[in-house]
Amino acid sequence: MEKTKTDRPAQAVDRRLFLRYAGVTIATGAVLLESCVDKDYMTTPISAATVDLGSGDVGILNYAYALEQLEAAFYTQVIATPYSGITDAERSLLTEIRDHEIIHRDFFKAALGNSAIASLEVNFSSINFADRASVLNAAKTFEDLGVAAYNGAGKLIKDVNYLLLAGKIVSVEARHAAAIRSLLSPKTTSFAGDDVVTPATGLDPASAPSVVLPLAQPFVRTTITANNLPK
Amino acid sequence: MNLFKLFQDIEAVDGDATERLGYYSRRSLLRLGSKALAVSAPTVMASVLNEAYAQSSSVQDVLNYALTLEYLEDDYYQKGNAAANLIPAADKAIFTQIGKHETAHVALLRGALGSAAVAKPAFKYPAATFTDYQTFLLLAQAFEDTGVRAYKGQAGNLLGMDVLTTALQIHSVEARHASEVRRLRGLRGWVSATDEAPAPVYAGEAVTSQAGVDLVALTGKSADRVREAFDEPLDRAAVLAIAQPYL
Repeated sequence: MEKTKTDRPAQAVDRRLFLRYAGVTIATGAVLLESCVDKDYMTTPISAATVDLGSGDVGILNYAYALEQLEAAFYTQVIATPYSGITDAERSLLTEIRDHEIIHRDFFKAALGNSAIASLEVNFSSINFADRASVLNAAKTFEDLGVAAYNGAGKLIKDVNYLLLAGKIVSVEARHAAAIRSLLSPKTTSFAGDDVVTPATGLDPASAPSVVLPLAQPFVRTTITANNLPK
Repeated sequence: MNLFKLFQDIEAVDGDATERLGYYSRRSLLRLGSKALAVSAPTVMASVLNEAYAQSSSVQDVLNYALTLEYLEDDYYQKGNAAANLIPAADKAIFTQIGKHETAHVALLRGALGSAAVAKPAFKYPAATFTDYQTFLLLAQAFEDTGVRAYKGQAGNLLGMDVLTTALQIHSVEARHASEVRRLRGLRGWVSATDEAPAPVYAGEAVTSQAGVDLVALTGKSADRVREAFDEPLDRAAVLAIAQPYL
């Protein structure tokens, strides 16, 4: 079992993390030093193209905020440029999901206040928004990834209120995932298919940030660093 | 007493117990000093164990509570899937899949609890449940949406523990089930209207502020969308009141 770190003074940890942080970003030293002064270095973007999620619960909330930004931007694009042959029912369902993701995104931004990471620049070049299968498969990827991410982040959260908030959101993401999967494969087991829910245990995945972020990064032009997140 | 086995058992339900035990014993021993140690060690050990057990039994409580709900769901789908002329052919695969997960959840929780697992209760259902598909669907939706709320309501009791992850992994599967069953009934996959039935299952879902933030004002989205975007928890008393008629 990993040794507990609680007996290490917080300042020492901060300093240690800061030194590691500074080591890889030494080229932007001037910006970094400036942000250190107001103690925002954990979450201040060091350039327009990089954000660090930060540490502790704030880091986890920023992690969720990053994923919600990605989802909100995706569905905003889906509704702005609907795929060919979209039905009224599909448009209405996808509009509702878009709104849920925007609400999640804006909530995290408001909750994080000054600690919130900057807006991410997305990269959806791999998605053909004119094509139903391309859009819905991307939606499936995002929703399943969101569920796995929240499930994996739960035990990293220290504050019980934040844990509850994450719990309130993850089940909605799971509802989305099932609905999107049903649009792709109606009247099948896909909504909770063996490809995502382990048949022997009936469990959804739970993935660590170190697993989720590399999967999300191809859709985000901004580089997301997460070296200081709880593990 | 097989201490090693004891620690393993505690560890099985409470991933941090050994660490906490170590912390408490270090602290207790330091406070007592070396002179007192010789006579007091068994007492210290006993109180440490009591603390660990108190913790672990509260985790066991949560798991047995979850197991009871899973027994109900598993029993429900076993009977539904076995009933002739209930589930239309087109929907068979869906309920076989849901039933498979509930059976797996029962096995998983029983495995985690070992000999502490509660026995499966005898369940009873309203008369038309397994002859009328719409009744069957309504109750399935009620069980799934209640399940989602019940697991959410216990998350705080498992803060930071490995078993929290397992609970969350079940929780999101129940939400997938709920979404699918709701859509079969022609509803949205997410809890939406303020007058959803059965009322006790959806009591307290009509929330438009989170963490003190008025999300209608913040986002400009409708109250419906804001309510849908967050699923609310349900405490144990409310869940057991919902389950009581079937026990």
